[in-house]
Order: sequence, then structure tokens, then C-alpha cells
Amino acid sequence: MRTKSTIENYLFVLPAVLIFSIFYIYPFYKVFTLALCQWDGIAQFSFAKSFIGLRNFKELLMQDRVWWQAMTQAGYITLIALTFQNALALALALACDRDIKGANIYRVIFYIPPVLSGVVVGLVWRWIYDGNYGLLNYWLQNIGLSHLITDWLSNPKTALTSVAVIHCWKGFGWGFIIFLAGLQTIPRQLYEAAKVDGANSWQMFKKVTIPLMVPVFILVSILTILGTMQVFVLILSMTGGGPGYHTEVPVTRILASMVGSSRFGYACSQSIIFGAILMAVSFIQIRLSKYMRQA
Amino acid sequence: MSCSFIVFLSVFLTGCAFEGSAPSAERINVWHWMSDREETFLELAKRYEDETGIKVNFELYAPSEAYAQKIRAAAQTATLPDIFGVLGEKRDLASFIKAGHVYNLTDEMNQDEKIWKRRLFSKALAVNEFRIGSDFGVEPGIYGVPIDVMNIQMIYNKDLLAKVGWDPSNPPQTWDEFLEANRLLRENGIQGLVSGWADIWIIDCLASNYAFNIMGERKVLDTIRGKVPYTDPDWIKVFDLFRQMRDEKLLASGVVTMVNKTAEQLFANNRAAFAFNGSWCVNVYKGMNPDMDYGVMLPPRASGKYPMMIWGGAGSSFMVNANSERIEKAAAFLKWLTDKEQQVFLAKETNNLPANKHSLEDIPEVLSQFADDMDNTTHPNIWGVEEFPVVKETFKKGIQSIIIGEKTPQQLAIEIQAIKERELMKLYEN
Repeated sequence: MRTKSTIENYLFVLPAVLIFSIFYIYPFYKVFTLALCQWDGIAQFSFAKSFIGLRNFKELLMQDRVWWQAMTQAGYITLIALTFQNALALALALACDRDIKGANIYRVIFYIPPVLSGVVVGLVWRWIYDGNYGLLNYWLQNIGLSHLITDWLSNPKTALTSVAVIHCWKGFGWGFIIFLAGLQTIPRQLYEAAKVDGANSWQMFKKVTIPLMVPVFILVSILTILGTMQVFVLILSMTGGGPGYHTEVPVTRILASMVGSSRFGYACSQSIIFGAILMAVSFIQIRLSKYMRQA
Repeated sequence: MSCSFIVFLSVFLTGCAFEGSAPSAERINVWHWMSDREETFLELAKRYEDETGIKVNFELYAPSEAYAQKIRAAAQTATLPDIFGVLGEKRDLASFIKAGHVYNLTDEMNQDEKIWKRRLFSKALAVNEFRIGSDFGVEPGIYGVPIDVMNIQMIYNKDLLAKVGWDPSNPPQTWDEFLEANRLLRENGIQGLVSGWADIWIIDCLASNYAFNIMGERKVLDTIRGKVPYTDPDWIKVFDLFRQMRDEKLLASGVVTMVNKTAEQLFANNRAAFAFNGSWCVNVYKGMNPDMDYGVMLPPRASGKYPMMIWGGAGSSFMVNANSERIEKAAAFLKWLTDKEQQVFLAKETNNLPANKHSLEDIPEVLSQFADDMDNTTHPNIWGVEEFPVVKETFKKGIQSIIIGEKTPQQLAIEIQAIKERELMKLYEN
């Protein structure tokens, strides 16, 4: 009877285990295997024939200067997203948390950019930024700022920031929704008590809102880092990684290795290193935030 | 209960079966990526079925990047159709052949005194041909059938040249004339050259045209073989042309991140006097501005020492699946597709140059200008040697860096050579 029950239990778990193994464990195993091989993605794969040890990792870590440039650039976009994007999201969430007229309309409006297709957003903004007939340069000229006119996406000084700004514009809605949800979980009585004690708005924000929002800040910043480091569609539709390597990010490099150079093994080693870095950053961030909460 | 379960299981498993797992002997499956030719292909399939009773099932997978991935995946799972195209470089085609996916069509081409082979442009065939002694390690032979040909040249807007006082019947032939024409255009507020250099292979194409012109084919190929360094003065001359284009403000604004579609729009809207584009542009410009008056010329010579060679050859090619059960039927269909009648129809409907050299009668005047220069074409796929991908990328991205003023030609040459030496070293280690 007991054996039957155990078998039944295993049978119930089996589909989930199978799905998890097929769609998670096996691809992971395959990526790790391929990272140790030199394979073009076309020939029949033979581990024995294509095994090259850790050479892909050695090349990536010690010789691939462009990869680290791409990592730095993704880091730059992430920094802008962590600061400006999240500051904007928090400010708007604070505004919408108050009893203002049409709060629901604002919520919908702020949430529109994240649900738009990345390709569409990229193509529309490429047109706005265009140096030949772009709207941005047209507006700058009309308001007397023609000295600022430039080829926004072709100028190495402005290309990456231009892309980062659009990434923030597209992404702030996520942070806004999460911040707003977090703000609405703070009991109103705390604010009322603080008011009775004579606290002004800034003091209430500093002493009530911020401490209670710490878990939300952590969540939003982890999501921002993971989402922004993997930025890809916008880059592809706006600059293709150019000019030169100025807007390359890790995912465009992985794509270039896989599709452009047919180096599947190298692309897998890039994915592993990239994943490891993201995991390490998230881990450090979680530890830091735990420490901050305790402090 | 159990009976209904069996019925359910049967229906479920039938639904899971591959469409191609029970093929009809009288049906040929073709996968392609050419969305602009879909209607024409369907019409040709209908005609073929009427003539032979054999159904041809064209399946479109676009965009081309998605198609390229699809055939790789299909190769891994042995589910390639009877006929397919390989997108990518010669190295990729060689990998497909070595993996046993592509049928060698040499015997079919040579049948009946080479009647099939002779009707096709030799430059187009060469793109799918592997010769004895090539670096790819593939059995020599012809592995693909070109269905159209293309070449990439300089296009000029006759009205804009006339507007600045340049005789449009005599466009600039030399580099100095080209710069002179640009000065006139600039004085009149007209942009010089536009091209989609975000698609970085087009930069490679123009640079390689000038490399052939300045140092000749042999030296270019010797560079790829590693016998001549990229720091050679001739290569620096090639890179310097891009510096000159930058300094003379010859290039349209934003050219390095411009996709070819945008470049085509700018040229079609009379926003630039020159465009560096392929013969497919005839169809594109026709759609964008049918009244535009333009001509085709070879890129202006930078040197009189060697002829100017342009990239050209097969535009699109089809391969026969070596594991297909219908190899003969697939080859027969491709032979029919490259017959004069079908090629004339394809050229007329799609404004592409036909692969059959006897089908050039009714093509538009501009397209015939492209056809006239087929003898001047070359292509990396016929060189028999191939540069390392990472060197190619550094080369192309490096030229972008020259255009944006970040690197000098000398710096770029040193950088490319360093990467070339690193790759050669890796090759020797292996």
C-alpha cells in the first residue's frame, strides 16, 4: 500500500521533472558541453572530434577586447537605468500614489512604453534621432539650439547615451508599477502618526517611505540590472552595434559569434561567462541589501 | 474508456507527425527566404504542376536571419526539404556539404554537352562551385543552382549631377573626378554618397573593390593567405580612401549606422547624388520613385594599375538535399526554373538579373547596365580562400572607425594585422 502510494507520488511529480529536465537541465548541459568545443552549428556534432578544452574561455577572458568593451557599455546603460530610470519611476509612482485627479489615466500612460515592441520603439526612435530628416534635430533647430544638432546614433560620443535614454524611456514603466504597488502597501496610519509628530513631507519620505520600500528597491534594482545588461532588441534596431563597436553589448556579441562567425562553442562560452557575471552581481546586491536592512 | 483513450492517443500522435514524414512522391518541397518573390514562385510552381503533374511546394521563411537559423536546425534534425538555399559565406556552404546535406550537381550540369551549365552565367555558377585545391576541403563540384545574379555598383542621380553642372552622360570615372563632383554637389547643398553601411558587409564590398583596383587580385588573395600583411602600403591606400571620403564630407550624414533601406529611401528621394548599391535596387527604386532618372557606373578608379572589380555573381541559389528521396525530380525542377522562359518571367516580375544569360532581352535599361558589367565581377565565394571571421569583422568595423574619425588608416592596418597574426597562431596551434 505504502509502495503504491510512493509510486503514485512520483508519477504525479514525473511530468514536472521531465519538463524541467528537457527544457532547463538539458539545454544547460548542452551549453556547457558546447562551450568546450569548436563547432559551426552545421556539421554533425561530435564531442570527441570538436573538444578543445577551455580554449574558448581563455580567448574570451584574455584576448577578446571587444567583449569587455561590450560588457562596459552594457554596464553604462545599466547605471543610467539604475539611476535616472528608477528615479523617474519612483517620482512618478510617488505622484500617482497621492489622491490626484486622473491617477488611473497616468498609470495607463506610463505603462504604455514597456508593452510596446522593442523593434517598433527602436525603429521609431531611429527615425526621430536620424541626422538627415530626424524630428529631434528639426525641433532643436526650431527652438534655436541648432548648435546641438548631430548624428545622434552615428556620433560615437552620443550613440550609446542615445540608446540608453530610449532604453530608460521604454523601461521606466516597469519600475513605476512595482514602486506604486510597494507604496500602496505602506499603512497610511504611519504617515498620519508621523504628521501628528510634526514630520514634514521630506522627513516622512526619509523615515517612513524609504525604510519600508527597501525590499521593493532591491527587487526593482535586480530586475533593472538583469533586464538592462541583456538589452538587445533596441540596439539591433537602432544601431546594429555601431558606429564601430560603440553600442555593442554582450548579447550582440554572442549573436555575432553564433550567426556572424558560426562559432557556436565560443558563443556558448560567452553566454556562460555573461550568466556567471550577472549571477555574481545579483548575489552581491542581495547580500548588500540584507546588510543595509540589518544596519 | 480505454477505447476513447486509444482514439485520443492516435489522433494526438497523428497530429504530432512531421508534415514531411509522409512525403508525396510527386511533391517537391522548397524552402526559401525571398518574400519579394513569393508570388512569382507560386505562379511558377503552378505552371510546373500544369506541365509535369509534379507539385512544387514553396515555403517562405523570413527574414533571412530566421531562415538561416531554420536550415541549420533542420540540418541537425535531418529535416531539410528537397530544395533549399544556404545563406551565409562559402565556409557555411562548405560545412553543409561536408555534413552530407548538399547534392553535387556536376553530373547533371554536364549532361547533354553541358547544356544546363552553359546557359548560366559562369560567375554565378562559380559562387556555388568548389574547385580542386580550394581551402575548404570539399570534393570539387557544382553544388548549387543560381536563380538570379546580381552585382553591386555605384548608382548616380542624373538630375542632381546636371543640376550642379556635371554632364550626366559622363559620370566621374576616376577618384579625383569623384571628389571634384562631390565638391560641386556640396556647394549646392547636395549630399554625395549614400549607402547602408550599418550592414557592414557593404563596407567590405567597397573596400575590396578598391583593394582589387589598387593592388590586384593576387595580392588581395595573398593577404588572406597570410603572405602579405595588412600593414602593406597598398592596404593603407585602400583605408585612406575612406579617410578622404570623411575629410571631403563625401558621405551622407549618419552613413555608418544607416541600414540599406534608409539609404535607398534617401537616394530615391533625391537626397544624395550617388549610392553604392546592388542590382536589386532597380526594383526598390521603382517602388519608391518610378520617375527617378539614374545611371549605373563602376566605382570611380583610384588607380590605373589594375582593373576595378566589383562584387557580383549568384544573387540567390538553390541546393538539392543530398538525402532527399527525390533528388532527380528536384534537379529537374531547378533545370526547368533556369530555362529561358522561366528566367524571363522571373526577371520581368522581380526586376532581378536572370541567371540564364540568354534571358536578358526584355529587362529594363538600367538593369541591362548592371548586366553589362558582369564580366567585371568577383566575389569572396569564388576566391577559394576565406579570411578569418574575426579579421573580417575588425576590417569592416575598423573602416567605420575611420569614417567617424576615431582611427587613422595606419592604426587600423596595425590592428587588423595583429588580429590576423593571432588567428594564424591559433590555426598553427590546432
